[in-house]
Amino acid sequence: MTSELDIFVGNTTLIDEDVYRLWLDGYSVGDAVALRVRSGILEQTGATAAVLQSDTMDHYRTFHMLERLLHAPPKLLHQLIYQIPPSRQALLIERYYAFDEAFVREVLGKKLSKGTKKDLDDISTKTGITLKSCRRQFDNFKRVFKVVEEMRGSLVDNVQQHFLLSDRLARDYAAIVFFANNRFETGKKKLQYLSFGDFAFCAELMIQNWTLGAVDSQVDDMDMDLDKEFLQDLKELKVLVADKDLLDLHKSLVCTALRGKLGVFSEMEANFKNLSRGLVNVATKLTHNKDVRDLFVDLVEKFVEPCRSDHWPLSDVRLFLNQYSASVHSLDGFRHQALWDRYMGTLRGCLLRLYHD
Amino acid sequence: MPGKLKVKIVAGRHLPVMDRASDLTDAFVEVKFGNTTFKTDVYPKSLNPQWNSEWFKFEVDDEDLQDEPLQITVLDHDTYSANDAIGKVYIDIDPLLYSEAATVISGWFPIYDTIHGIRGEINVVVKVDLFNDLNRFRQSSCGVKFFCTTSIPKCYRAVIIHGFVEELVVNEDPEYQWIDRIRTPRASNEARQRLISLMSGELQRKIGLKVLEMRGNAVVGYLQCFDLEGESGLVVRAIGTACTLDKLSSPAAFLPACNSPSKEMKEIPFNEDPNPNTHSSGPSTPLKNQTYSFSPSKSYSRQSSSSDTDLSLTPKTGMGSGSAGKEGGPFKALLRQQTQSALEQREFPFFTLTAFPPGFLVHVGGVVSARSVKLLDRIHNPAFVGIMGNTRSYKLLDWNSFNSDEPETRDAWWAEIRQEIKSHAKALGCHAVVGYSESTSICEEVCILSASGTAAVLNPRFLQDGTVEGCLEQRLEENLPAGCGFCHIPYDELNMPFPAHLTYCYNCRKQKVPDVLFTTIDLPTDATVIGKGCLIQARLCRLKKKAQAEANATAISNLLPFMEYEVHTQLMNKLKLKGMNALFGLRIQITVGENMLMGLASATGVYLAALPTPGGIQIAGKTPNDGSYEQHISHMQKKINDTIAKNKELYEINPPEISEEIIGSPIPEPRQRSRLLRSQSESSDEVTELDLSHGKKDAFVLEIDDTDAMEDVHSLLTDVPPPSGFYSCNTEIMPGINNWTSEIQMFTSVRVIRLSSLNLTNHALNKNFNDLCENLLKSLYFKLRSMIPCCLCHVNFTVSLPEDELIQVTVTAVAITFDKNQALQTTKAHVEKSLQRASTDNEELLQFPLELCSDSLPSHPFPPAKAVTVEKTSPMGEGNFRNRSAAPCANSTVGVVKMTPLSFIPGAKITKYLGIINMFFIRETTSLREEGGVSGFLHAFIAEVFAMVRAHVAALGGNAVVSYIMKQCVFMENPNKNQAQCLINVSGDAVVFARESELEVVSTQQPAANCQPACTGGEVTT
Repeated sequence: MTSELDIFVGNTTLIDEDVYRLWLDGYSVGDAVALRVRSGILEQTGATAAVLQSDTMDHYRTFHMLERLLHAPPKLLHQLIYQIPPSRQALLIERYYAFDEAFVREVLGKKLSKGTKKDLDDISTKTGITLKSCRRQFDNFKRVFKVVEEMRGSLVDNVQQHFLLSDRLARDYAAIVFFANNRFETGKKKLQYLSFGDFAFCAELMIQNWTLGAVDSQVDDMDMDLDKEFLQDLKELKVLVADKDLLDLHKSLVCTALRGKLGVFSEMEANFKNLSRGLVNVATKLTHNKDVRDLFVDLVEKFVEPCRSDHWPLSDVRLFLNQYSASVHSLDGFRHQALWDRYMGTLRGCLLRLYHD
Repeated sequence: MPGKLKVKIVAGRHLPVMDRASDLTDAFVEVKFGNTTFKTDVYPKSLNPQWNSEWFKFEVDDEDLQDEPLQITVLDHDTYSANDAIGKVYIDIDPLLYSEAATVISGWFPIYDTIHGIRGEINVVVKVDLFNDLNRFRQSSCGVKFFCTTSIPKCYRAVIIHGFVEELVVNEDPEYQWIDRIRTPRASNEARQRLISLMSGELQRKIGLKVLEMRGNAVVGYLQCFDLEGESGLVVRAIGTACTLDKLSSPAAFLPACNSPSKEMKEIPFNEDPNPNTHSSGPSTPLKNQTYSFSPSKSYSRQSSSSDTDLSLTPKTGMGSGSAGKEGGPFKALLRQQTQSALEQREFPFFTLTAFPPGFLVHVGGVVSARSVKLLDRIHNPAFVGIMGNTRSYKLLDWNSFNSDEPETRDAWWAEIRQEIKSHAKALGCHAVVGYSESTSICEEVCILSASGTAAVLNPRFLQDGTVEGCLEQRLEENLPAGCGFCHIPYDELNMPFPAHLTYCYNCRKQKVPDVLFTTIDLPTDATVIGKGCLIQARLCRLKKKAQAEANATAISNLLPFMEYEVHTQLMNKLKLKGMNALFGLRIQITVGENMLMGLASATGVYLAALPTPGGIQIAGKTPNDGSYEQHISHMQKKINDTIAKNKELYEINPPEISEEIIGSPIPEPRQRSRLLRSQSESSDEVTELDLSHGKKDAFVLEIDDTDAMEDVHSLLTDVPPPSGFYSCNTEIMPGINNWTSEIQMFTSVRVIRLSSLNLTNHALNKNFNDLCENLLKSLYFKLRSMIPCCLCHVNFTVSLPEDELIQVTVTAVAITFDKNQALQTTKAHVEKSLQRASTDNEELLQFPLELCSDSLPSHPFPPAKAVTVEKTSPMGEGNFRNRSAAPCANSTVGVVKMTPLSFIPGAKITKYLGIINMFFIRETTSLREEGGVSGFLHAFIAEVFAMVRAHVAALGGNAVVSYIMKQCVFMENPNKNQAQCLINVSGDAVVFARESELEVVSTQQPAANCQPACTGGEVTT
């Protein structure tokens, strides 16, 4: 006796959250059944392994049929085939678009292309996430990217509108899309200590201040691309380190203000010029795509690492950066105050976030 | 004369990409009704076209309006080649034809293609302007309402229940026409869908005409079925119960009206024995008893039932005169005469209803059934033995004149069967058959026709126009019965149609009741039940040699009686094992396949307080000298006794003790025991031998005479009870549970197993089949575990044998969550309550008149606390016998359509019936593997069917389908060719419901109405 066909169709589509998770995690039916058995469900319910097998198959089939709709979440809401309560729909979508930290760190900033897709095998081996799950997450990134690129309006809003994600998740996707579009390097060894949250935080600041959208909300792609003009203008900041007098003046202003307040004052005083050169040079190089990509590498190399090697506490870093940005306003010979604020305001936020072990 | 049909095509969405180059579609729509077609403009390059068409107007006869479906086809325009069809929508406009139902059909319909399934949606608006037609000879029957519900619909009152209506139409099956060889599968499927839609419309119109002739205005319990007879054609047949219904508009208006009927009804049955003590008698847990008339076996097994046959063959014997003479009750005699005269006018006094207005049902005789084996395209066939023995069937259709309305042969077949049912009912002393249904099973050219129902004596009040005799009513008023009346035997105890074991009713002590009662109806609302009920199934397979034509029919005919007997025995054993004494909703399905027959009987077992406590089951060994064998037997006996004890606890069956003297000794009936014995043999010696072997009075003896019997006993014990928190039944509601929440989940589950063809024996087969059903149930319990505490209601199993080694089981049911705490309370209160009902009633009566009424219905005592709460939330709503909790409706989103096989929605009131839903779909694939194999294919199809039903209901303005049923699910596969095909037929009633908490004003509801008289009665007695 073999079961040829075995189905269960409810007027309200039954969704088992545990099985959904197993499915999303890319387990085969067999593995999922084994995992469910291990969870002790048989003892709790008095069911047999055959029942569990049939139940798992059934849910997998349902999810497989729903997957097509999950690719365009608004369709899931308007379709008539599966009657699913709104709260369950939201859960299905949110979980489907959720991603693993380990996975996103691997692909963040990479081009979402076929080439990267080929590397998924390696990522799967490295992270222990099933290949199937990696593919789903990668395809999700790519799908969201395709839909929202070249779209007007706020990136987060667009993601939210077209994929019906929660605010949190929509922000994360905005960051992923932004990173993918600008191809920021995040995979270098010295960046490994940074979490996805760190990058997403920076992405949000950059989207808010450095993109076209920050000055004009009526352009295509406004939140995706950095404001080219702004990057061009950043060259003007060069004077802060190129002009010796200006640099000395800046240093003395900062030192005067921070004397006695900084635990690492002497180290700061000794390193001021190096740090300042580092920060300003990062700005002036941003006209080159290559240097844009290396933004985070440069920030860590030029600022985070020197400070960390001198054991600056975070509070001192904050005091220093505040004073460092503010003192520029007192430099009479410097005319690009607004530009400086647009640059340094964001950079200060990013650096503070990036400064940890 | 005519009506004007107006259709507007608004928009489409989610259309499939038809042009690969542009990834877009140039869609337009054809709207067709009858022979007229309109087209919209092409809406270029869009997957979400906005046609916003003008109103397309069709001027048509109302006859056509009833027959024809509106056909909407969505196409992709192609300049250079033929336009490609995207899909179709068929809309049945019948609901627009009666005034009280829907006025407009408007909404999004899934666009359906028989090859690709649902492909996007289309927004359509349909209206009908109907001109009044006074022509008496018209062919249409617009205005007759149809209901699938097998009880009086909730917002109506039955003025008259006229009786049985039936009709069938026959046509050639397009799938078997010569043209099918050259046309595409899509064209063939569409031709079939359209034809069936057309035939359904025609059938419904013809039935409507019959109803108008009877001066009725509605058909209740409408059941339409298809017989796919293959080469010999396609039969669409329907049965129903014609009624005159009154819409309940306001509670004030209907209360008085109801008063009299229910009074009458209650009283009349009991007037035979004026018994002042009835109401207040201590253990007022009236029980019901039923007798079982095993009619097919009667006709077959001549050795044991010659007397029955005699009786059943003398239909002219007036029941009334016979019993009246014996019992001497003048009222009874009068009642009988009335009923008889009312019913005699009818050819078939059958009712497809399974639940009735209070008082309608006076006595229940037992199940009557008849089967007949027919050959579909041969002239001579050895038809049914017994009464059907002389039948000859004729070729269905002359192909040269197809489409001719000459379904005489099929008509004659059914007429014979119905005649047999009628005579069986007469033999049981009943004039009528309730809970009546018909079915067929077809394999190649052999067809088994089956009909079954419950013989009953009815109250004439509802059957005729005449006013009821006032005096009769009033005299009887005082003896309000405690709801055991329907259990009392309708037949004459000295001239019983079959051997039965009678005792005095455990409730009223006046009338005789049988020891077991089998019925096809729902549990009457006024019946007193002890404990809870449970689903009981008998499952059976019998191998059969492959044979052709007549030999085949003979083989089947010979097997049938044995199958019926075994099924009956199994049911009886399982019932006893559960410690129960009555079956409701009994449905026995016999399915024929190439090389086997399958029998599946489902019913809900309950313990009726009016019937005697069932005896245990005793096992008798054949070789008493063998010591180890004896030990084994006693071991088995112990297991059985333990199971019975466990079941009694599980189902809370603890009837009050009644001393023997009060009840009176059982009526001596020497032959009775032998009837109940499990013995297929015909020798009477064995029977006697067995009779000696059991000492205990009521014990049911299982004789273990061979390994088969042993296996049977084992299989009895292998039925696993549902996990804790789960109950199941195949009736509308579970006796003993009355605090349903509004959480419901309707589902369909299908399983197909392939038998290993090697060494198939009856036993291996039985085991496979049994495991299939048990595993299916287990899976359901597991899947629905989040709904615990919950009850699977209206569990409906269907078995089919699509191929040699395949068994297909389809289950549709609804899971309803109930409130555990209240359940406990109820059961506790139950015993207490039944002991002091009169006083409680009285107290409550003062405070909550309406609530109380329902309370005073003996069958469903409510905990007083509950009554109070409900009273607060909705001033009267819950007066209903189902005390549903008025749970606040969880944020109900727009567009949710509930589906349920029940006639009601827990926690809600049906405010409007919008019309019948009757849909037929075919789905075919030539890429089975790509669609996820057979499971993927069928899963998707059933989901699509649900979606299309919901869409139609929503477009009618409804939010639920009640009395939903999947009548057919025919699945065929050919994995080698990567092909599969499936046909599904579903029906139900589209309704609008409102949550009870949303209802401010007391809405009109029949059960509540019925309370009123009951209260009055209570007052009088106490």
